[in-house]
Formats: sequence, C-alpha cells, structure tokens
Amino acid sequence: MTNPLTLLGQRALRVLRSFGHAAFFFVDILRAVPEAMRRFGLVVAQIHAIGNLSLIIILASGMAVGFVLALQMYYALVTYGAAESLGLVVNLSLVRELGPVVTGLLFAGRAGTSLTAEIGLMKAGEQLAAMEMMAIDPKARVLAPRFVAGIVSMPILAILFSAIGILGAYVVAVLLIGVDAGNFWSIMQSRVDVWRDVGNGIVKSAVFGVICTFVALYQGHETEATPEGVAYATTRTVVMSSLSILAVDFILTALMFSTP
Amino acid sequence: MPSDPPNLSSDALIEIDHVTFGYDTSRTILSDISLRFARGKVTSILGSSGCGKTTLLRLIGGVHAANAGTVRFAGEVVNAQDKELLFRMRRRMGVLFQFGALFTDLSVFENVAFPLREQTDLSEPMIRDIVLMKLNAVGLRGAAPLRISEVSGGMARRIALARAIALDPELIMYDEPFAGLDLISMGVAANLIRTLNDVTGSTSLVISHDVPECMSISDHVVLMATGGRIVAQGAPKELMDSSDPEVRQFVRGEPDGPVKFHYPAAPIAQDFGVEAGAAP
Repeated sequence: MTNPLTLLGQRALRVLRSFGHAAFFFVDILRAVPEAMRRFGLVVAQIHAIGNLSLIIILASGMAVGFVLALQMYYALVTYGAAESLGLVVNLSLVRELGPVVTGLLFAGRAGTSLTAEIGLMKAGEQLAAMEMMAIDPKARVLAPRFVAGIVSMPILAILFSAIGILGAYVVAVLLIGVDAGNFWSIMQSRVDVWRDVGNGIVKSAVFGVICTFVALYQGHETEATPEGVAYATTRTVVMSSLSILAVDFILTALMFSTP
Repeated sequence: MPSDPPNLSSDALIEIDHVTFGYDTSRTILSDISLRFARGKVTSILGSSGCGKTTLLRLIGGVHAANAGTVRFAGEVVNAQDKELLFRMRRRMGVLFQFGALFTDLSVFENVAFPLREQTDLSEPMIRDIVLMKLNAVGLRGAAPLRISEVSGGMARRIALARAIALDPELIMYDEPFAGLDLISMGVAANLIRTLNDVTGSTSLVISHDVPECMSISDHVVLMATGGRIVAQGAPKELMDSSDPEVRQFVRGEPDGPVKFHYPAAPIAQDFGVEAGAAP
C-alpha cells in the first residue's frame, strides 16, 4: 500500500510538471508570434474564423443582456427615484464587467472549443507531425496565427458586446419604458471615463483573449489522439477557460477599480 | 548475428549504429540495432505490429532521440535537440504517413503545393506546373481541384505521396503504405514506390507488414520482431527461402510458431475451474 504522503507528493509533482510544460508551450508560441506576424494573411484568415464567425452569438447575447439589464436596473432604481442613473449603471456594468467577462465565457464556448477540436483532430490525423517532418514548425504555421487572432478578436468582440448591450438597454429603457433619452446618454458622457472604464474593460478582454486562446491551443495540442481524448480536451477548454476568466477578473477588478 | 550491419554498400544514406530506444525506462522498443540503408535502393522493414518499425522511422526523422547509439543521415548525426539542423535534414526527406496526414482544409492541389509554398520562393506558375507534374506521376492530375473529403483512401495515399515527393527528396520514408488498401490500390502503390525510386534516384524506406508487396518491390528486406530485435535481413529471395522458423512463420503468415498465437495466460483448466484430464 502506497503511503498517502507519497501519493500527495506524486500528485503535486505531476501538477507542477504540467504547469512547467504549459509555461514552456506558452513561451514557444510567443517566440513563434513574429513569424506569424510576417505572414499576416494567416492571422487574418484566423480572425475571420475566430472573430467573424463568433459575431452572431456575441451580438445576440449582448442585446439580450442589455434588455434584461435595463429592465432589472430600472425596477431597482425607480424605487429610490434614481431612474435617471439607468444609462450610467448599464454602461458601467457592461464596459467594466459584463462585456469582457460574458464575451470571454462565450468566446471560450464558441471559438475555444472549435480551436481545441481543430488542433486535436489535426494531431490525431498526424497533420502536425506531417508538418514537422516537412521541416515546417506547426507552432509558427498553425498555433501562433490562431493565438494572435484570438488576442485581436476578443477585445473587438467585447466592445461590440458592450455597444449592442447599451443599444439594447436604450430600446427597453427609452423606447419601451419611457426614460428620458437625453438623460440616458448625457449621464454616460459625463460620468464614464474613457481610459479608466472603457480602457480597463478593453485591457481585461485582451487578457481574457490570451487566457482563452492559450488554453484552447494547449488543450488541443496536448490532447490524446483519440475521439475520447478530443472530447475531454474540448470540455477541459471550456471549464479551465471559464474558471480562469472568473478568477483573473476578480484580481483585475481589484487592481483596476480599487480606488473610487 | 542478425544485428550486424549488412555490407550493402559503402555509400549508405542512413546509418543506424547500436541504437537502443524506449519511451520510458520500463519498456525497450529498439534494442541495440545496427542497420545501413544504401542510396538509391528500396529497403523494406517488415515486422508484426508493435515491433518498433515506426519508432525506427521516427528516430531517422529525428522525432525522438535514441537512448543510446547514433543515427546518421547522409553522414550527419541526427540530433533531435538541434532544431535547425533537424529541419535542414528534413528538407531532404519525404515521409508518407500511414493514413496520408493530408490537410483536410486544403484541396488536393493545395496539399501538394503546401511544401513548395512553405519551403521555396517559386513563382505561382512554377508551383502550378510542379504540382500538376507530381500529381500526374501518381495518376491524379485530374483530381487537383477536389477536396480531401471527396477522395478515396487509396487516392489519399497517392496524393500524400505526391506531396512527399514535391521537393524531390533524397530519402522517401513510407509508413505502412499498403494498410487498408484494396488489391488494385495496393498494386498501384507498390508500383509507384518502385517507379519513383528508380526515376528520381531517391532512396526509399518502406515500413510495412505486407510481405508480398514488399518482397516484390524491395532490393533489401529487414525483418524485425517484438522487442526491437532484428531477426534477419537480406535480399527478398533469401528471406523467402530462409529455414529460420521465425522468418518462415512471418513470411508465410503462419498463425502459430516462435511467435505464439495465445497471449501469455494462466492454464486454461485454471480459468474454467476444471482439473486437467478430469472426466466431464
């Protein structure tokens, strides 16, 4: 019978080793980024696959969140006679938190799983090995362009999510409920800071883009080359990306908005 | 001594010198193997599944590093750690993977054009001409515009072959080129391997367990057995006429012999709960 302490030690070592392996993988991809940037056509094709094809789910979700947010905030604020603050609350909620976080979670589900499955199946079909044997580095040819595309796409998607969310809130608050339109927009202009609020939201979404894309590529690359392996890898991508986004969001929020 | 390198030619393209390899310390895949593959010849490595044939191919391609011994390609040591050297060597090699490993998001034409686009600065008209020539060599010029999902397994193998020879490599390695093919496709593939070898002057290394096809196209045959041992090697006729029981069993496809039909197990009487020789 194995000593529980030994088992714990073995598990700890395994976890540490996997972290080290992931760190080396991350550095390898970063080193391949300049090569990917030289062949920008590959990056553009991936921005289309990762970003453009995620647009529908991002825009639809943004609109729905905007509708619900306006409705809920109106009910809460009107009780205290603060309905004129609705535009501000909706805007800050979206650009600071909901835009980056919800877009990140949706991005992990839509683009992350697609990346993991694609890379995993390329590995299972020996396509990555074939590239290696053709003296072509798959990290530079396949992984780095997708990594750059993910980092570029995520902030753009998050901005679009927030923008469509604000428009959705406008439709519900102004057109349906009857909140004053001038008030709805002017309070945003006066109270929302471009750098502190919008800028930090964009920084957050870029960080989430790095997390989602890296996790997806790593899981795809390290997947066991079987149908079950690819299935587990896609699941791990969603779970790990989502948990990482939520954890990092808390840390970033604490760092960015700790002062009033 | 079956592991002694044969005196095929003083001009060997690949030299494997006392190589031992295992993915971990508990299991040895290749055990102190020495081989030489002569330039311009077709050499087949035959053996049952799991005997280390594909591992040997990976060591030659530098995918893995040997635990002991050296692998040389054209006189240079294949060092899996030196990526630059490795990629320089690999530009002189072509590999046909077991199931083709074609890029499923590209057309047939683009698959063959892939190494040309990645490794050369050739103009588009030049790439087009080379791709069509290579596809013509494997009889698939007419399939150039097709998607990979539209071609059969046999055609996929031939497209992969056209891609493997796109850069006119000195060495072409074939990993199970006949696996899963019908008889016609198998004959076509075997004929192509021999013809391309002779026409291009390249060196061919075929990893397979299909005895008749390999015997018909090879200049030299190496027979490997489980545990990464070399059982025998020589001209195809020598192996076919061999009196060694292990060689005879493999080339004749006998189900039982030195390689046992049954996986090691407890006595059958013990598993079925009866005493040997007891009346029913």
